Amino acid sequence: MLDSSPAIYLRIENLWKNFGVFTALREISLEVFDGEFLCFLGPSGCGKTTLLRAIAGLDLQTAGTIEQSGRDVSNLPPSERDFGIVFQSYALFPNLTIEKNISYGLENAKRPKAEIKARVAELLELVGLPEQGKKYPAQLSGGQQQRIALARAIATNPGLLLLDEPLSALDAKVRIFLRHEVKELQRKLGITTVMVTHDQEEALSMADRIVVMNHGTIEQVGTPLEIYRDPASLFVADFIGAMNQIPASAADDKVTIANVEMRGNNNGLNGDVIATIRPEDVLPVEQAGENTLEVVIRSMEFLGSFFRAQLTSAEMGGTEIEADFSINAVRRLELKKGASLLVQLPAERLKSFPGGIK
Amino acid sequence: MTTATMGPKVKPKLGRDDWAQRSFMLVIGLYLIIALALPLWAMLSKAFSTYYFDLGQYEVQVSDAEGIFGPVQNLADLDLPPEFEDLSTNTNGRLGITKLFPDFSFRSPVNYRFRGVSSDAVFLVGSERNTGPEWIELDSNTFRRVVLRPETERGISNFVTYFSTPALFQSVQNSLLIAAITTVITVALAFWFAYALARSKMHLKGVFRMVAMLPILVPSLLPGIALLYLFSPRQGMLKALMFGYDINGPIGIVIGSVFFTFPHAMIIISTALSISDARLFEASISLKASRWKTFWTVTIPGARYGLFSAAFVVFNLVITDFGLPKVIGGNFNMLAVDIYKQVIGQQNFEMGAVVSMVLLAPALLAFGIDRRMQKKQVALLTARSVVYEPKPNPLVDWGFFAYSTLVAIFMVGIIAVSQFAALIRQWPYNLSFSLSNYDFSRMDGGGWGSYTNSLTLAISTAIIGTVVVFLGAYMVEKTNGFERGRAVFQGLAMLPMAIPGMVLGIAYIFFFNNPSNPFNFMYGTMAILVVSTVTHFYTVSHLTAITALKQMDGEFESVSQSLKQPFYKLFWRVTVPVSLPAILNISIYLFVNAMTTVSAVVFLYSTDTALASVAVLNMNDAGDIAPAAAMGMMIFYTNAGARILHALLSKRILARSNAWRSGS
Repeated sequence: MLDSSPAIYLRIENLWKNFGVFTALREISLEVFDGEFLCFLGPSGCGKTTLLRAIAGLDLQTAGTIEQSGRDVSNLPPSERDFGIVFQSYALFPNLTIEKNISYGLENAKRPKAEIKARVAELLELVGLPEQGKKYPAQLSGGQQQRIALARAIATNPGLLLLDEPLSALDAKVRIFLRHEVKELQRKLGITTVMVTHDQEEALSMADRIVVMNHGTIEQVGTPLEIYRDPASLFVADFIGAMNQIPASAADDKVTIANVEMRGNNNGLNGDVIATIRPEDVLPVEQAGENTLEVVIRSMEFLGSFFRAQLTSAEMGGTEIEADFSINAVRRLELKKGASLLVQLPAERLKSFPGGIK
Repeated sequence: MTTATMGPKVKPKLGRDDWAQRSFMLVIGLYLIIALALPLWAMLSKAFSTYYFDLGQYEVQVSDAEGIFGPVQNLADLDLPPEFEDLSTNTNGRLGITKLFPDFSFRSPVNYRFRGVSSDAVFLVGSERNTGPEWIELDSNTFRRVVLRPETERGISNFVTYFSTPALFQSVQNSLLIAAITTVITVALAFWFAYALARSKMHLKGVFRMVAMLPILVPSLLPGIALLYLFSPRQGMLKALMFGYDINGPIGIVIGSVFFTFPHAMIIISTALSISDARLFEASISLKASRWKTFWTVTIPGARYGLFSAAFVVFNLVITDFGLPKVIGGNFNMLAVDIYKQVIGQQNFEMGAVVSMVLLAPALLAFGIDRRMQKKQVALLTARSVVYEPKPNPLVDWGFFAYSTLVAIFMVGIIAVSQFAALIRQWPYNLSFSLSNYDFSRMDGGGWGSYTNSLTLAISTAIIGTVVVFLGAYMVEKTNGFERGRAVFQGLAMLPMAIPGMVLGIAYIFFFNNPSNPFNFMYGTMAILVVSTVTHFYTVSHLTAITALKQMDGEFESVSQSLKQPFYKLFWRVTVPVSLPAILNISIYLFVNAMTTVSAVVFLYSTDTALASVAVLNMNDAGDIAPAAAMGMMIFYTNAGARILHALLSKRILARSNAWRSGS
């Protein structure tokens, strides 16, 4: 870790976007560091694409400033900003060959033809499609087309790369492969990148930092691990990964779920709360101890690398809890439907958020 | 609310592209305003204008033979002859002053002094314009050259006159009746024809589809002429089939209208039938529903918006058509013909404007309903619909074949009779074939010049119209910002479809024939014919362009901007090549319609710019029916040729772009 904080490449301050009476973005302030891969993650309609388009200048924000590389670009048209963009639809020009698509932004009177040709070849090499230059977009697969779109976007060496759900239109396998490719390319070029996605796995696996958005506001900004381990709100907790949500009441470091008092991580809350714990944090144990519960397995679902079990606790008045058990644990403890076992809800993982009994 | 924390609004800095695009849109928007909105406004104000001679504005003094002037008299106080009780007139009305003096003689030694009461009062002495309260002294020979011009008054009195004149008002009823009858017949015929094409395995579908499109290639006057040859009471080839009824009148108008509206209805219904979902039929069959029940519960509901839409389009075409009732209407008056009679026959422009307003009402209504239907039809389409593939059924297929053959005989028959009429030396006395009817120089109507004028018009309309329409559609569809301007533009682009050609034509007279209009120089030139024709057929072309542009990825512009390329580069290198099939469709549509149209241009042509379609009308009016048919056939050959050329060109373009359109 470097101790000097990285340079800020993009600074967004108090950004608002209204569509008539509807507020699509509210009070967005954000800093993007030089060379980082940032993801806007959120459900559809959360404003992530609107924010991306504001950064690009394609749909101007209603109010607020955007500073790119020290320059105020808030009201500039896209052509006076410095970015390359890739869309979900690829938006390759169908009647131009792959070469012509990539060289589209390179062509101008001053640049020699040979130089353009060399740059196109270099880019095709970079995205791993060196032989495809003479073909038309329709003759390539979706994944190949998206790589060409990427090559076209970085052809002019822009300072900022914007990706608008670039992988959403692709098959699952291609998508996972391209995730890696895109991330690798971004690292190699060191280009500051902002990607919009609604796919949490994509965001977790690709981003240096994630901006979780909801209803036009930022819920949390952090590294994938921070977001996952330490969600700042119930929305983030629920949106990323699976999360048990149990109505409870909190006092100091105690959390009480249906008469069972346990130690928990209450974030200083008191009174009615929602206690949360991730299924994989529910640990099968052999001896009773702090925060252990006796539960019965109501059903078990095999999900490939682990089992997801629905547990009920009689002590907690029938409260249901989801837990993920490894295949090893299932074999070792002979877990099956109807079996009873002891589980521990580790205190530092049992987190409370504001909210009452519904 | 937290809105309080929102900073100042961001004002976009416009790039070079934004300025260029806005100026383009402004230019094309101005075009539509000048070619459409202002003329319509001029017509509207004309319909509410009445003209009268305001005698109270003038004073006169008459001398005796010795030159001693009598008292000052206001013209309104004169003891006027009874015919001057009604002083209303029209725009061009002029009142010779001496008519107010029954015992006036230009030889008398009497002198006159004449003046206006105020500076607003205008009168002419010869061609010299005079105003104001300055006395002018005139001898009696000059006094007879004093002429008064009418004053304008706003009001609804024109409409009162119209609705209280039974002869005029009768036309409303006639037009509605004919349009309704034709609509029912055409939609029924076209439905079964389209049904046969979409849902049966009959033979020669391609031929039938082509034959059904023939009427589009000829002016609506031509079926009228053919029907006269076939059924006219004295000389018709098949007059016995009329059982003593006269083809001139409602019967002829309906038959001819069915002919020329058939392809329009057929296209709309075909589209509606072709997008019905095959899975619904499978479901119906698996539920053991009978064919009859399936027809009423699946087919008809699926196509209902198409049927409604076709009905309104046909209704609109018939009620606004002018050529057919002119040729074969006899004494049966229709609204569109009334406009012509009022304007060309009686020079009563105000009444022409009133009839136009009356005609505009049902046309606007039909247009409005049709737009709503079209929107609903689109919503019926889902991406997962499965195309219906008919199965052979010999009985049904041959039934449809017989039916389609009958329709085709009707279509081909009308054209064939016209061709026959054009080639017969003198029906029914000399049945030898000759080309003498094509010797247009011997007839009134502009001769071969009118044909070449029509070609010039059609080619100019196709080229200029396509450029204007496509650029306009591009500005509406593919540019950012300026939302209000784009919405106004879109509205203007939709308007021409609701404006009958006759109405547009008369609106152009009012607007462009006004000497104080800076565009007055266009009046009587080819330019005004091109402008009116482009405007008349703007909407369908615009919608074709919009549809093509909508199919293009909306992010092309964003990508091009991000790569800092000017918008015209994308336009030339991507937008235009990808839209080329639509562009060709627009130009052939404009060409064919410019060749056949009569309605707007009949008011606007001059002796130098006579047109083939108008020549058909005029020769027919003059009794030269065979040459009229020959000229109609010239239009047919030209349009057929243009369509073949268009088909070949489209095929070549599709073949060349096959690599990138379909992939692999």
